[in-house]
Order: sequence, then structure tokens, then C-alpha cells
Amino acid sequence: MSGPTRIPTGEETIPFTFDGTTYKARPGDTLAAALLANGIGLVGRSFKYHRPRGIMTAGIEEPNALVTVGTGGRAEPNTRATDLFVYPGMVATSQNRWPSLSFDVASIFGLAAPALGAGFYYKTLFGPAKHWMRYEGFIRRAAGLGNAPTEPDPDNFSQRAGFCDVLVVGSGPAGLKAALEAAEAGQRVMLVEQDAAPGGSLLRDPDPAIDPAAIIARIKALGGEVLLRTTASGYWDHNFLTLTQRLAEPGEVPAHGFAQRLWHVRAGRVLLATGLIERPVPFANNDHPGVMLSQAVRSYVRRWGVLPGKRVVIATNNDDAYLTAQTLVEAGAEVVALLDARASGPAAPAGVTVYHDARPSSVAGRKHALRKVTAVIGGGEQSFDADLIAVSGGFVPVSHLHMQAGGKLNWSEEAQAFVPGETPQVCETIGAALSPPPAPAVAPAGKAKKSFVDFQNDVSLADIDLAWQEGYRSVEHLKRYTTLGMATDQGKTSNMVALSRLAEKQGVSVPQAGLTTFRPPFTPVTMGLLAGAGARNAGAHVRRIPLHALHEAHDPIWQPLGYWFRPRAYPVGGESLQQAALREARTVRTVAGLSDVSTLGKFEVSGPDAAALLELVCATNVGKLAIGRGRYTFMLREDGFVNDDGTVWRLAENRYLLTSSTGGADRMAHFISYVRNSLRPDLKCSVVNVQEHYAGIALAGPKARGILASLTGAEPPRHMGYAPGVLAGVPVHVLAASYSGERAFEIHVEATHADTVWHAIETATRAEGGAPYGLEAMELLRIEKGHVVVGGEVDGRSTPHDLGLGGMLNKAGGFIGAAGLTRPALSDPNRNNLVGLVSLDGPIPEGGMLIQRAGQSPQGHVTAAARRILEGGPIALALLQGGHRRHGEELIVTSPTRGEKARVRVTSPHFYDPAGERYRD
Amino acid sequence: MYQITCPHCGPRAQTEFTYERTTDSVVDPSGDTQTAMQALYTRANPMGLDDEIWRHTYGCRAWMVLTRHRVTHVIEAVKAIGPEALP
Repeated sequence: MSGPTRIPTGEETIPFTFDGTTYKARPGDTLAAALLANGIGLVGRSFKYHRPRGIMTAGIEEPNALVTVGTGGRAEPNTRATDLFVYPGMVATSQNRWPSLSFDVASIFGLAAPALGAGFYYKTLFGPAKHWMRYEGFIRRAAGLGNAPTEPDPDNFSQRAGFCDVLVVGSGPAGLKAALEAAEAGQRVMLVEQDAAPGGSLLRDPDPAIDPAAIIARIKALGGEVLLRTTASGYWDHNFLTLTQRLAEPGEVPAHGFAQRLWHVRAGRVLLATGLIERPVPFANNDHPGVMLSQAVRSYVRRWGVLPGKRVVIATNNDDAYLTAQTLVEAGAEVVALLDARASGPAAPAGVTVYHDARPSSVAGRKHALRKVTAVIGGGEQSFDADLIAVSGGFVPVSHLHMQAGGKLNWSEEAQAFVPGETPQVCETIGAALSPPPAPAVAPAGKAKKSFVDFQNDVSLADIDLAWQEGYRSVEHLKRYTTLGMATDQGKTSNMVALSRLAEKQGVSVPQAGLTTFRPPFTPVTMGLLAGAGARNAGAHVRRIPLHALHEAHDPIWQPLGYWFRPRAYPVGGESLQQAALREARTVRTVAGLSDVSTLGKFEVSGPDAAALLELVCATNVGKLAIGRGRYTFMLREDGFVNDDGTVWRLAENRYLLTSSTGGADRMAHFISYVRNSLRPDLKCSVVNVQEHYAGIALAGPKARGILASLTGAEPPRHMGYAPGVLAGVPVHVLAASYSGERAFEIHVEATHADTVWHAIETATRAEGGAPYGLEAMELLRIEKGHVVVGGEVDGRSTPHDLGLGGMLNKAGGFIGAAGLTRPALSDPNRNNLVGLVSLDGPIPEGGMLIQRAGQSPQGHVTAAARRILEGGPIALALLQGGHRRHGEELIVTSPTRGEKARVRVTSPHFYDPAGERYRD
Repeated sequence: MYQITCPHCGPRAQTEFTYERTTDSVVDPSGDTQTAMQALYTRANPMGLDDEIWRHTYGCRAWMVLTRHRVTHVIEAVKAIGPEALP
């Protein structure tokens, strides 16, 4: 019997399943330890070539042993078996194999290996299309890792902010010492450890002088925060770090509802005690189950009581692996040979034969373990009967966070490794990561084709050689061409091996060959954690208009509008949206209607320089406005395009009200604040955003004036006039403005009293035969009237002239956007201009393109389509090249996506009451 | 995420602030087209310190100018602007 084993002690109490078979684990086991304990070495199939893969490491750097854990929406694919602690009932499944892990069709036929070398996709996609068509189906079936779950994740994710004087990452000897010192000095300490147990390397190599549990208890007693199973995954600007905390293991039902927590931590000082990752050794078939990193072997023996093999070969270029040999001997395994690539080394442990100048060249294996290890020793070759090879190619400091912080790396020739250097942030690397043990460069001895470097993406030494041969010199090109380091492990075990090969090819030193950039996250982060509560429909906040509850009573169709919700229509008796909107619009045209316009942007501008500020913000004349009068206005961006539109009213000598569109309200608030505070702080005025202070109710229709007069007991102001009034005992502002084309008023009332006023107006309006109307009716009304809407005709590319508003521009200039507007291209006669369209046959498809004949390029597009409210007949607004000069022309509107078409005649956009007689008394 | 020291509120997270523009891209409304377009489209973009206009939008809403290093992101100075900051 060979392969991984564990002698049962009776503590094997935790049942779990792997590929449907139930096994037992001990408390504290990772899935990897538990699988090895049960004799399982084969855990998955590789990404491209479907090669059998086992467990190579004992930590987060694991490239091979990826499993899917959990079921249904809770399933987590591509989870490292080495970073997953077994819980009762855990369901783990191997990946990328069919029909089963041990009998995989793709690997048996060896289908992939010859076809999918480095640069396969580039070459195929640059080649004839039929080649790709031939490969595609096969590749889509064969290549890949785990599958994303199709059901929603039932778990919740929490987010929390943290602050501390010192954040220590890593609870190995250096991290424990630093955290304790800081806590004893009275500093607020956070200690973060990605493992479920503190200790770092002490879990593998215990030191009787250091008791992690006691130190942790002391730090906590001093008020420090210790977060286990928590990874510092991102290091951002100004000592801001993101920590990802596992509250439940992947796939586990969380005990308290939350599966994970995302921490946002601002730290005064950061100490990175992140330690080292062991470097693998390239040789033929070095990806087979039974090839394991030397320190991982030691971890399995000492931490988990698992013997990964019984007859072991050790291959090393450093002294550390000698400790592994000793550990194995003590645990009862036979160390068949210790292959040291160096000419000399420390004394051989008792019972171990050491070979110097010895490198492994290939291994051969059976299902769960190795069978044979072949080595080049001196000039000759020798084979060993062994079920495990423990390899150590040196050590790589974990410098990911250091680099994310903007830190520099220094090259250590002795250790053949990059060591953290200076950083621009208040951050320091401490402990083993600063001093990797000496480990000389060793030339690989095996065949390049089967010597794997990036195990997860199936990149071999031969692929690196091929990339070099084909001219990829920069490490960045190498990475993209071979996909090296781009898998879920981000090259934690592969980057240095690959870089050495590239440097060797280039004939330069490793630092000259370069290094790719490390970016967050350090280890994979699930999307749900980043979304947090946002995943539960809380991503955008909801803004409620003051009259929300009142509308709710009418059971309207709601329309989301930015963060707002507004009634779209108030259907009665089973009406459809269109039927309701048309009825409401007809009511406005013939009687009267009322509508909620509370979401309009509203700014009160006051002070002796109020007019001066408004003349800067508005592109129309404001200064000449008489008290009690208002006018339509629009604001430009600095490049001359229309930004927003609204109305401006002079309420008193030095007091104005500016309204803007709903969608543009937040943008305008920022813009006006910029103009006032940054551009013209010298002006004597004040700007107050009163958008939510006032609710707005529009009352429109031939009977609107009479209704309002009866409610206020006063003659309402004439068109574009302003008057204060009292309605139902509540003070109101009455603005006589019309968007619908009828005689109309906006009644603005303090939000807290809006219910009373709406109720009074609705009762009076209904008594006259009127009704409330929603956004859809408003849209029908404004299209027929030819009024533009921000986000429709005002699309960020239209000038005042394009929209037929050029005549309203302030002749004196001086407004924002005046300079931009003088650019020659903005007065090109062939610009898109606002026009109306009247259909000569069927309905006009909204969003359709305007063409002269079939097959021609579009000359414009339909921005809004509707029908005449009273007479019927499709009409639309459109932006058309040179449209102002083309009234009367016949065109075709076509919408290939809807398969609709209509013949139209270009007209003025004002379909209804072009002279504006209906709103003048 | 930066930590920005608001002149009125003290150190706060960047998420409370909005970036407006660099001071060299401020358009003088009384200037000519050439100058305005230069400010809008051709900026200095130095590989070093630059002056930027920010607003503490989700805090006190006041405006300020940050002197920020574009490579290291170190904020060397924060200066309040607006009517209250006038001499």
C-alpha cells in the first residue's frame, strides 16, 4: 500500500463527501488534509490538458487542488482544497472532468495537448475563421475550471469599517511579536490571519518559546482586535486596506446569516508579516499527484498528522528541506533519497542518503501517488521507487500587499528572490519575507514540454520557450501570450520560475527581465462580498416624493426616474397604460388635470448679485426680468452644449427661483455650487437648493384658471407670472408656466403641507370633470406641443440652435458656454436639428433611424413618438441633419431591431397651438 | 481610497468627496474661445504635484483645492475656497 495515509485516532468525527462518497475528517482539517488522510491524491483535472492533478501545497497558493464546494446557489467553484476547513456535511466536487475524475475522456484521448500550446487563441483567431469554428465547440467543452452556480446566492454579506493605529497582516512569529508590542504600548491593534488558526509557520515548525494562543489572548485582553480566517486582500491609497473575513466556510450554511464580511480599514501604520511561499521545481510530469512542496509535506505531517507518502524523495536547492527529511523519518516514512542540487549541504539526517549535484528530471505515477522518481545525479541518471516527491526550489517573499501599496522590490541574488524594499506609504514588511534563505539558481533537468510552471493555466517551460522563440521579449507580453500567472492563483507559485526561464533565455539577470505588477485581490474574492447589502435591492437609494402615500392610494403605475419614483399613469377600470395615458392627456386638453412635479430641481438665489450669478448660469436673459415674472431658460456646459433647462422667476427685488429638470437636478446643484463657490466667490448672493423643501403640483387645462381662482380666492397670475397665494389655508407659490401647452400653473408648497393642497386641488378638479395625470400623459402633451426634454432631445450633443432655441440666447454673452458656442463646428448648417414628423402611413417607431431611401446611411433619429391627442394620427420628434431647412421633405423611419417602418413628412416640431394662444388669457 | 483632510471637518474618506477639476482647467466665462478651449482640452497633467478642486459633497459641501501628487497620491496641502475663504 502506497500513497497518502493517516493512522486513525478516533478523532475522525466530521463526515463530508467528495464526488459523492462519504469520508471522515478530524476537527481542524483542511479539505486537502482530509482527502490525503483518506488516501485520495487525485483531486482534479487541469484547465486545458485535463492532466490529473493533486495537492501541491498546504496553503492559499495552491494551484492544483481546486474543487466546487456546496450545492445550489451556495456552491463556490474553484475553491482551494488547502484553504477550506471541513465542516459536517460539506459537499465537495471535483472539476473539469467527464464522465468522472478517474476516467476522463479528454485526457485519455490526449486530445488537447498538441493543439493548445502557447498563443493558441491568437494564432487561431488570426487564421481563417473556419479553423476557429472547427475548434470552438471542442474548446468550450474541454477547457475550463468550475462552473458558476445558476441559482441566486442565498447568503448575506456584511460590510464593516475599521480603524486602528497598527494593522498587522500575518500571525506568524514576526506578526505575533509586533502585534503584542504595539498592544502593550497602548496602541489600537488589528491582527489579521487568513488561516483558521494563528501561528503561521509555527503551525508547521512549532517553537516551544512561542505560544500563539497565549499571545492572541494577551492582545485581545489589551483591547486588540484579532481576525482569523480573514485575508488582507487589497492595499489601497493612504493606508486603506480591504479585509475579507470568512464567517462561514465556503458552501456552509452561515450560523448567523452572514457568510462573509468585507472590512474597510484605515490604519495608522501597517506591518506586513506575510512570510514566504515555497517555489516549485520544474521537471517532467511535475504536476502529477504525489509532487508536493517540501514545507507542505511538513505541514501535513506535523499539523494534521497526515503522511502524504511512505517512500519519499526530496529535491531541494536549500537547507530547509533537510528539516522535511528529518520530519518524515520521525513520522515513520522512508526517505529514499535527498537530492540536493548544490555541491554541498548540511549534514544528512539520520537514515537519509543525500545526493549532491542532483536534480529530479521526471516522475511517473499511478492514480493517487507516484511510482518512480528519476534524477540526474552528477552526469548520470538514477531512478528511485517512491510514492511522493517533496520539492523546494527556494522561497518567494509574499510581497503582494507591499507592491499594492506602491512599494519597490530589491533583488536578492543569494535567495534568487525579490525582497520588499521602500514604500511610499506608512508600511513596513517584517519577518521572514525580508530574509528568504539562500537558494541558488538551478537549471531544470527534465523535458521542457512536460515541465509545468503555471499549473493552473497549464503553462510549461516549453510554452515560455515558444513565446520567446516567437519574439515575445517583455514579461508583460510573455504573460499575455502564454496566460502565465493569469489564473485564479495569480501565479503565486509560478511567477518566479517563469521569470527565471525568461531571464535565462534573454541572457540577463532576473531583475533585468522584469516583473509583472501585483494587483488586488490577493486571493479570489466572491462577488457577493463586494456587493454586500447592495445585492439585496439596496444598491441604489430610493427617494420618495412628499405625496408618495397619496398617489399610492390611487394605485398608479410607478415610473422609476433617477432615484425617484413618480406615477406614470393612474389607470381606472382595467385600462392599459396607453389607454390611461391617452384619457388623462385628453382630460388636460379638454378640462383640467393635476400632476406631481415635486422632483423638479429648485434653487432659491438671493442677494444683490443674484441676477449676476443667474446670468452666468443661464444662457438666456435674466437681468431684465420684472418682479413677479418668469421665463423659460436653459443652461449650457462650458463646451456650448445644452446641459439642462427650466424656468427662472423673480420673486422679489433680489430673490429668484430657478427650476431645472428632474434628471438634471443633482448635476445642476453641483454645477451651480461650483460656479458660486469656485468661480465667483466674490458675488454677494446665496444659493439654496430647495428641491425637497417644496412639493410641486401642476394644474393644467382650459379650466385650470377657474379652478385655481376658486381655491385661492384670487385672480391667478397670467402666463409666465408669479404670485404668492394661500390655498386650503396653506401658503403657496403660484407659477404660471405651461409644459402641456394649456393654461397651466405650478403650485409649490412646503413639502409637509403638500397633502392638504393636493387634496383640495384634486377635489376641485374632479368636480369640474378633471383627473390626475401621470408622466406618460405629460409625455404625450409635451411631444404634441414640441417641448424638448433633457435626456431626450437634449442629449448632450445638442446646441440651443439645434433645438430651435437660438433666438433666446442672451445677446450680451457672458454666460457659461458662450465661448464654446462660437466654435465653427457648432454652427454647421448640417448639424442635427429638432424637427417634427407626421406619419403618412402607420405608427412611427421610437428610436428609429431617418433615411431617404432604403440602403442609405441614417440622417437622424426619432427621439420621441406619440400621437395627436384629440385628432389621432402618429407624430414624432426627431433630430435630423440640417432639419431646420428640410420641413416638407418626405423620409422613411426604419427600426431594423423592431422590424418596423413608416413614411413620414418633416414638419415644425410644434404640432399643437404653435402661436401659444391657449395659455394666454 | 484617499483620506482627505477637509479644512472644516478634518480627515474624512474620499467617498464623501467629489472631484471637480484641476485648477488649470477652470474656464473663465469672460475669456475668448481659444482660452476656454485650451482650459477644457489641453491640461498640464504633470507627473508630480497638481492642484485639484474638490468638494466635500457628502459632508459639509464646502469646496477646497488639494495639492496632490499624481504618482504617490500624497496630498501635500488642502486649502478652503469659496466666499467664506476670501481674504
